[in-house]
Amino acid sequence: MSRISKEQVKHVAHLARLEFSEESLEKFTSQLDAIISYAEQLNELDTTNVPPTSHVLDMKNVMREDIAEPGLPREEVLKNAPDHINGQVRVPSVLE
Amino acid sequence: MSLFDHKIKDLHELLHKKEITVSDLVDESYKRIQEVESKVQAFLTLDEENARKTAKQMDEELAKGSGKGILFGMPIGIKDNIVTKGLRTTCASKILENFDPIYDATVMENLHNAGTITIGKLNMDEFAMGSSTENSYFQKTYNPWNLETVPGGSSGGSAAAVAAGEVPFSLGSDTGGSIRQPAAFCGVVGLKPTYGRVSRYGLVAFASSLDQIGPITRTVEDNAYLLQAISGLDPHDSTSANVPVPNYVESLTGDIKGLRIAVPKEYLGEGISEPVRQSVLNALKVLEGLGATWEEVSLPHSKYGVATYYLLASSEASSNLARFDGIRYGYRASGAENLIDLYKKTRSEGFGEEVKRRIMLGTFALSSGYYDAYYKKAQQTRTLIKNDFDKIFENYDVVIGPTTPARAFKIGELIDDPLTMYANDILTIPVNLAGLPGISIPCGFDEGLPLGLQIIGKHFDEATIYRVADAFEKATDYHKQKPQL
Repeated sequence: MSRISKEQVKHVAHLARLEFSEESLEKFTSQLDAIISYAEQLNELDTTNVPPTSHVLDMKNVMREDIAEPGLPREEVLKNAPDHINGQVRVPSVLE
Repeated sequence: MSLFDHKIKDLHELLHKKEITVSDLVDESYKRIQEVESKVQAFLTLDEENARKTAKQMDEELAKGSGKGILFGMPIGIKDNIVTKGLRTTCASKILENFDPIYDATVMENLHNAGTITIGKLNMDEFAMGSSTENSYFQKTYNPWNLETVPGGSSGGSAAAVAAGEVPFSLGSDTGGSIRQPAAFCGVVGLKPTYGRVSRYGLVAFASSLDQIGPITRTVEDNAYLLQAISGLDPHDSTSANVPVPNYVESLTGDIKGLRIAVPKEYLGEGISEPVRQSVLNALKVLEGLGATWEEVSLPHSKYGVATYYLLASSEASSNLARFDGIRYGYRASGAENLIDLYKKTRSEGFGEEVKRRIMLGTFALSSGYYDAYYKKAQQTRTLIKNDFDKIFENYDVVIGPTTPARAFKIGELIDDPLTMYANDILTIPVNLAGLPGISIPCGFDEGLPLGLQIIGKHFDEATIYRVADAFEKATDYHKQKPQL
């Protein structure tokens, strides 16, 4: 039984801000299905009461003094922006 | 005979005895690149003009009697996911094809202070996702030992450039084996430091809880010198650890009498090729001969490492790579009708197949209704994998096994089979999940292709790893073999 449908893949693609042709959608669906099936081997393990590890180091919030430092110059920051005007990044219309 | 057949320490002495100049070292790099780069294709960008200019300035400093540091004047190659101010940094992706960083990674600042000279930026799997360097948008890199095989990945360029003698050493990054596996395939020394040992500031993030920058070198001693230069706390990376950095070279005593080695049975069992198994057993004999003892142990959850890793690393990647949207930097698609459309077109045109596959997997694993079943489950399994190691390290000093299940594979062999490709990292991934340091050093050959011995240590105990690796290196000749190009 397949674990993931083409419709689900389309939905996930939208969440990830990606789009695929019909052909690569088929390929991604079957490859993702295989990878997810493989990942389900973890279900063999009883993980009741096992705490999750998000990070291996035993550290909590790392604090520092709140000291203002100079930021980067605007020209530098805009250097890599694909489109900018009057010192601002330009994007297509946001509102319909 | 190449200058780079010398160890860093010897090159340093030659410099100070005025037998060579920094310009000679830089010449050596570019001369060798001229000779072999068309075959190896390790570099994405060269910084020749700057490097030669810097070399001249350094020679003047040397003449005045300054420049005493061990790495002063040494040419280095840098993996192209480490940002270098004013030097194009692409992550081997179309989406960053023309990205010109406006700051240096902390490791680059460290290296500048130590006096290394950046020769160029090295090829990799796009965003460090892959085990063969075939996922680069720009070019494939070829294994100097056999040009029909992959150099490994994702730091394939970093390992191949050192093996081919184009640079004496390089930096790579390791999320699931990306330093150790290419080091094994190319017959060089590659260390993934303890998570937190080296600052990740300026390393373009793939999976933030797993990524570490580390050195790739020809010898263990060179590796220790390079790690020394890049280790330590960094205010710019809150996950860099406030743990003192020992003098690594001082740990290279050659003495491993009484060392207790654990050998996981899972690391020599099913799926491990016979030549690899034999090379590790031979290595254990060598270490026994030096006064160490070894016993078989078990890492019962290591077989779940690959599944755990692909869920966690892809989840983190799907979040980290959200920043590539065509707005502030990088590629922007044309013809978009609105903002969402711009994001989708930019990302779909800018990312390669494997990157998209992982973003999709990660987005799925984190999406509503699946989070507990996949992401949380994988985090819990990560705890079990880490506990396995913790238990072993109560009674042993190091864990030893192969770096990879087999020697380097052929170009194109696994590219359409993601799961088999992923399985290549089965022996390296658990180390990242547990945040431990691990090294790969040359320990044999299979049909002319190098094999790697993996030595895993306790958290922040790179010194013991180096001591063992160095003792093995002094007792063997594998590291002296060079590919014929």
